[in-house]
Amino acid sequence: MSTTYADKTASATGKYVGRAVDRVDGPAKTTGEARFAAEYPYPGLAYAALVHATIPRGRLTAVDTAAALAVRGVIDVLTHENAPPMKPAPKVSFLDLSTLVSGTPVNYLATDEVHWNGQPVAVVVAETPETARYAASLVRPAYEELPAAVDFAAEEGNAVPQKGNLISEAAADKGDAPAALATAAHSVDLTFSTPPHHHNAIEPHATTAVWDGDRLTVHEAAQNIAWTRRHLAQRFGVPEKGVRVLSPYVGGGFGGKGSVWAGTLLAVLAARATGRPVRLALTREGVYHTVGGRTPSTQRVALGSDADGRLTALIHTSVSRTGRAGGMGEPITAGTRHLYASPNIHLRQNVVQLDLLANTFMRAPGESIGTFAVESAMDELACELGLDPIELRLRNEPDRDPVGGQRLAHRRLREAYALGAERFGWSTRDPRPGVMRDGRWLVGMGVATAYHPSMRMPANVTVRLGADGTVVVRCGLQEMGMGTATVQAQIAADELGVPLESVRFEYGDSDLPSGPGAGGSAQTASAAAGVLDACDKLRRTLLGLARRVPGSPLRGVRPEDLEARDGGLYHAGRGQTYAEILAAAGRGHVEAESRAGMLGFMVRTLRERRQWVRAATGAQFCEVRVDPDTMEVRVSRWLGVFDVGTVINARTAASQLRGGIVMGIGMALSEQTLIDHRDGRIVNASLSEYHVPVHADIPRIDVQWLNEPDSTMPLGLRGIGEVSITGAAAAVANAVRHATGRRVLDLPITLDKLMG
Amino acid sequence: MTQIRMNVNGSVESLDVEPWVSLLDALRERLGLTGPKKGCDQGACGACTVLADGLRINACLALAVQYDGSEITTIEGVAHPLQEAFVRHDGFQCGYCTPGQLCSAIGMLAEYEAGMPSAVTPPGAGAYELSESEVRERMSGNLCRCGAYNGILDAIMDVAGEEGTR
Repeated sequence: MSTTYADKTASATGKYVGRAVDRVDGPAKTTGEARFAAEYPYPGLAYAALVHATIPRGRLTAVDTAAALAVRGVIDVLTHENAPPMKPAPKVSFLDLSTLVSGTPVNYLATDEVHWNGQPVAVVVAETPETARYAASLVRPAYEELPAAVDFAAEEGNAVPQKGNLISEAAADKGDAPAALATAAHSVDLTFSTPPHHHNAIEPHATTAVWDGDRLTVHEAAQNIAWTRRHLAQRFGVPEKGVRVLSPYVGGGFGGKGSVWAGTLLAVLAARATGRPVRLALTREGVYHTVGGRTPSTQRVALGSDADGRLTALIHTSVSRTGRAGGMGEPITAGTRHLYASPNIHLRQNVVQLDLLANTFMRAPGESIGTFAVESAMDELACELGLDPIELRLRNEPDRDPVGGQRLAHRRLREAYALGAERFGWSTRDPRPGVMRDGRWLVGMGVATAYHPSMRMPANVTVRLGADGTVVVRCGLQEMGMGTATVQAQIAADELGVPLESVRFEYGDSDLPSGPGAGGSAQTASAAAGVLDACDKLRRTLLGLARRVPGSPLRGVRPEDLEARDGGLYHAGRGQTYAEILAAAGRGHVEAESRAGMLGFMVRTLRERRQWVRAATGAQFCEVRVDPDTMEVRVSRWLGVFDVGTVINARTAASQLRGGIVMGIGMALSEQTLIDHRDGRIVNASLSEYHVPVHADIPRIDVQWLNEPDSTMPLGLRGIGEVSITGAAAAVANAVRHATGRRVLDLPITLDKLMG
Repeated sequence: MTQIRMNVNGSVESLDVEPWVSLLDALRERLGLTGPKKGCDQGACGACTVLADGLRINACLALAVQYDGSEITTIEGVAHPLQEAFVRHDGFQCGYCTPGQLCSAIGMLAEYEAGMPSAVTPPGAGAYELSESEVRERMSGNLCRCGAYNGILDAIMDVAGEEGTR
């Protein structure tokens, strides 16, 4: 059935839900006690290092390993000539979503083919990390080179229409947008470009792999534990139940740890080949060479409006790239489908395959760079019309989905802009460009809309209540910094009416009930649905036990009339503690389970997509200061007002929303991966040359939320991991436009683009 | 192999290392102290920050043999009000940069106490406040990709205020 959570949203702010609760993993993370994937000791542990191809495309003709093997302490050097076999990646199927977890279809070391510059072509295993790394530098691959296409700008013309899939369309047409644009009273027609980006989680990907016969234990930095386990079992031809993936703490992912990449597979392979526990911690450069990043893009946004600023035409087309060996077409126009009412809409996504490492999801794939283009274009149209950019957006706020016509589940962008404008002091903005000053600095203020769909994935959860009043919630997901462990414990504590301190959340282990991965901003809502369901079953079980006891004050009480509080179940002031119920029933504990089947999940997802368009939205407000001589841009103030449904933990939610904005500021002003257009080599594969924001770049970031539950989501919550990066780069670009009069169409907004 | 002795978190450790072993790898792989993190191994991210004889350094850029006879403090040896303040102000998300941020902040406060200049405060500027921009500048060698900078700043300002730093 299509569940609505109206009953749950009524009590959305419980004793713990909604409060700013300290993270349960806080002490572990501030004392060094929290261990990450590369930090588990094993007797006889060996260290692996990768050798990367230095050509973009070709075949290995030989790999000279003699010098490496001669180094004292080298255990083995694995190449395509001596590595044990590995099965190819399974074909993608929407009935088994774990098939989505393969980063590329390349079967490392089982092939002599080279598909990108940086592909691992050998693995050195040694007694120490230094030996492995040194010996890896001595391995000499020889190649037969093949022609390669690696230059996005040069190959863009070869892009073909992207194929859509069950949950993401790659095109839309409504009315006749080109004709409407041609006759529009006002119009803008702009071409934007965005560079490749890399996640740059501070923890480089790492794997510690240990075989015991056909049983495999892997300590891994994984955004998806269950899928990783299944994938490893398939690749190495062993039973899934014998594979254990442990990933309690992940040192940042942002999509980069959402797939299984070469390092994971080759660590497991090296452990298989050498019979030793093996640790493979990628170097920072190794992350760039083996883990995909965000595609570059070229985007055209053309907007036509009537004299009052009501859109008559909305055109958004994009070109992105994948690798020839893997990757996914970035859904760049996905957000644009839902943003503005217009009788004529034309959306197209195109994609070109290049001989580069497969691209992958990075925080808000599609919307993050798509909103840069469409929200910059809206700002430019506002300039063209002489209309306030907030007013332009409000005049085009849709009542129903602009393309599909579905109902919008709880959309409060008007309120977000109203609150934001007041709080940010928008009325103090002089709309003329280049006239606001603070001393010598040019000051600019910009806004943009944030948009990210709200999704759910299947999650299995068990909840166990002991006679001593302790609650154990089990779900095989990871704590990557989103506060997952904390918020699920908060939910369980409220659902069962017990103190937060008595709830323990066990996670990070594939032996636990299969948990949802961290992706699509769906993890919290997915796990919450499981926790709610399991707690509901647990209360029913407890009620059943209580009703069997003669004289129980709960006899005759219906489950829906129960109140869980003070460590027990109550109705109309009468009830029993859990300890009393369990004692009377002679039970030491009770346990309940929530299970989600994949087929039912897919059916529900597709049905709901026809019924609703659900999304987290927001209004981003940015103030910049621009040095009039150097054109250096500094972000001086920020406010984001978000409509994200119920907020479970005010503290962790604020941090996550701020984090997206910080990454958005990086995207706006400094982040870009530079690829040598001759040979496809990434030339700035380091944190000293790929510039992520530092302390000095980030001002106070004010984040607010409307805190109105979305009645179509569990507890009324929407995922918040991605929405706040969307619109962020456009808000900066729009503020820069206001400060300087210059519209920068090409990210990042570096000084050179504002000079001359 | 060279034998070195270091006082690490109050206990004297003696170990044999090749001259090319970094202090970070010596701590993590030889002594099992995995609190200092490896984020880049190039001195660009600050995740490996430890205190060497009271000064904050990037352990990945230091050779272990250089620190023979030194006193090294890693996060495992830290007991400082900043730790609790990081939790209270949510100065982290994933937690991977956190040990480095904490050690760096402790070293930074000591540098400030000693009157060390920064890009915000030029040498010889005399008495100055530990302003937010000062802290931001002095902490900019420690990257946090989760973007917890506001919380880290709050935690440092909170503790620095309590300690009555000039």
